[in-house]
Amino acid sequence: MNIQDYQGVFVFVQQVDNKITGVSYELLGKAKELAADLGTEVTAVLLGYQVEELCPKLARYGADKVVLVDDKALEPYTTEPYTHAMYNVIEKYKPAVVLYGATAIGRDLAPRVSARVHTGLTADCTKLEIDPENKNLKMTRPAFGGNIMATIVCPEHRPQMATVRPGVMQKIKPVDGASCPVEVFNPGFEPNNKNVEVLEVIKKVSDKIDIQDAKILISGGRGVGCPENFKLLQDLADVIGGEVSASRACVDAGWAEKDVQVGQTGKTVRPNLYIACGISGAIQHLAGMEDSDVIIAINKDENAPIFEVADYGIVGDVAKVLPIFTEKLKEELALRNA
Amino acid sequence: MNIVVCIKQVPNTNEVKLDPVTGTLIRDGVPSIINPDDKAGLEAALRLKDAQGAHITVVSMGPPQADAALREALAMGADEAILVSDRAFGGADTWATSTTIAAAIKNLKYDLIITGRQAIDGDTAQVGPQISEHLGIPNISYAEDIQVEGDSVIVKRQYEDRYHIVKAKMPCLITALTELNKPRYMTPGGIFDAYREKEVKVWGLKDIQVDQANIGLKGSPTRVFQTFTKSLKAAGTVVQLDPEESADYMIEKLKEKFII
Repeated sequence: MNIQDYQGVFVFVQQVDNKITGVSYELLGKAKELAADLGTEVTAVLLGYQVEELCPKLARYGADKVVLVDDKALEPYTTEPYTHAMYNVIEKYKPAVVLYGATAIGRDLAPRVSARVHTGLTADCTKLEIDPENKNLKMTRPAFGGNIMATIVCPEHRPQMATVRPGVMQKIKPVDGASCPVEVFNPGFEPNNKNVEVLEVIKKVSDKIDIQDAKILISGGRGVGCPENFKLLQDLADVIGGEVSASRACVDAGWAEKDVQVGQTGKTVRPNLYIACGISGAIQHLAGMEDSDVIIAINKDENAPIFEVADYGIVGDVAKVLPIFTEKLKEELALRNA
Repeated sequence: MNIVVCIKQVPNTNEVKLDPVTGTLIRDGVPSIINPDDKAGLEAALRLKDAQGAHITVVSMGPPQADAALREALAMGADEAILVSDRAFGGADTWATSTTIAAAIKNLKYDLIITGRQAIDGDTAQVGPQISEHLGIPNISYAEDIQVEGDSVIVKRQYEDRYHIVKAKMPCLITALTELNKPRYMTPGGIFDAYREKEVKVWGLKDIQVDQANIGLKGSPTRVFQTFTKSLKAAGTVVQLDPEESADYMIEKLKEKFII
């Protein structure tokens, strides 16, 4: 392989039901920075069926070019046709870097592609940067449940591939009216033994806002005391205009749903305000929230590790502090709106 | 039916602590366990065996100590255990690891391969799908339910906001979630058998067909450039006030930060 033949930063754009998944925009934002450091362009790779109308959006979020593979075999997502498409895109366009969202799709597709292409893949990166000396991609990720960070390189294989968890990178402010060339490419899809059949699609019904999109999170841990006390968190969330999230301990105990879990095995969040209620702050939890703009922690234990990342720490009992805080906040806001 | 279950022995990362002075990992005394997703995969295989009969082979790649994880799997009810272990395999990334494990599996009969979704020490979720690619068989990741029907498996495949009910012809590979089941305990008789009656076969480089250029550290496309402990941001202010004052304090700070 001649490494010099591989140029450009490519992003696998995930769409489900013709809707682009948020992490894809975040990756385009990061790809733009990497492409600037490499003196190259950002290509969005859009796979699906009848998804062409999504291309202009990709331009607005930073794509210089879109490669579109549009075929019936790509709806709904299954591993083999997507792997086949990405593999052929890589063979044809020879990108230096390919980024995927670390989603239930990306974490299935990217390893299969890496095995087919024979290149490395670094999972769940929290930082991506170009080494100024040799132009290699430096990919940093947590290991040992977030206890240590490792920077990984892929010096002799191309493309250099990474998955990035949703919420870690930041999308650019969309550029109104931006457009970019769209290249249609279809490698041809033949049925083979690696294909599977989707018998049924069952959507989980939820009217809740995804905690990754929330500007304010009121998050509960074991120190909330009992499942009933989660009501106190919801009361505060209603007054301040936020959402309720939880630590792993609460999800494991059945006090909260898995889809609101923050942390290494849950979601990565970076709201404007994160209020940690009765969360001790295990390193796995901190890994999922420490980039929040402002962190307030309320905990009975003054030695709880959460206080090490909190901007403001309150040593106290959540069950006592929260109702008063909610009440006073309500008065404060009412006064202001009067 | 022949089922191969891939397991990894991992340190119980929930118990790994940081040395507050040196900032390094304290691994001494941290117990090793079968990776939780893998254990759920083993339990799923055992349930298929209970329901319709199956021959279960557990495969683990790792150092000699991983013998203990394989014995545990045998004690739970697996029929055969293979430890893929050789200095030449050391330092492998996911690509080289999956290449090695796939080579070992090629020596075995299999209709179904079950791996865990991801291991708690690396969290990559890569080795399962990569093994299936090396073997040229379909894979279904993130399984929450597994049923066998004739020559096919029907799997409830988890996504963030939905499930797919997916059917694949065997042979195929499935990656298991801990949500699949609650793994059984070893039985005293099982433990006895695992140590007295059954054996853990050790396969080294000479026992599998693999290109030496594709294994271990030198067969790994990725390299660790550096490791470091995460620097936490500077600690803020911690106050001890009564609930009333605490509430006032927080409101004051939210105003200062223009959040309210």
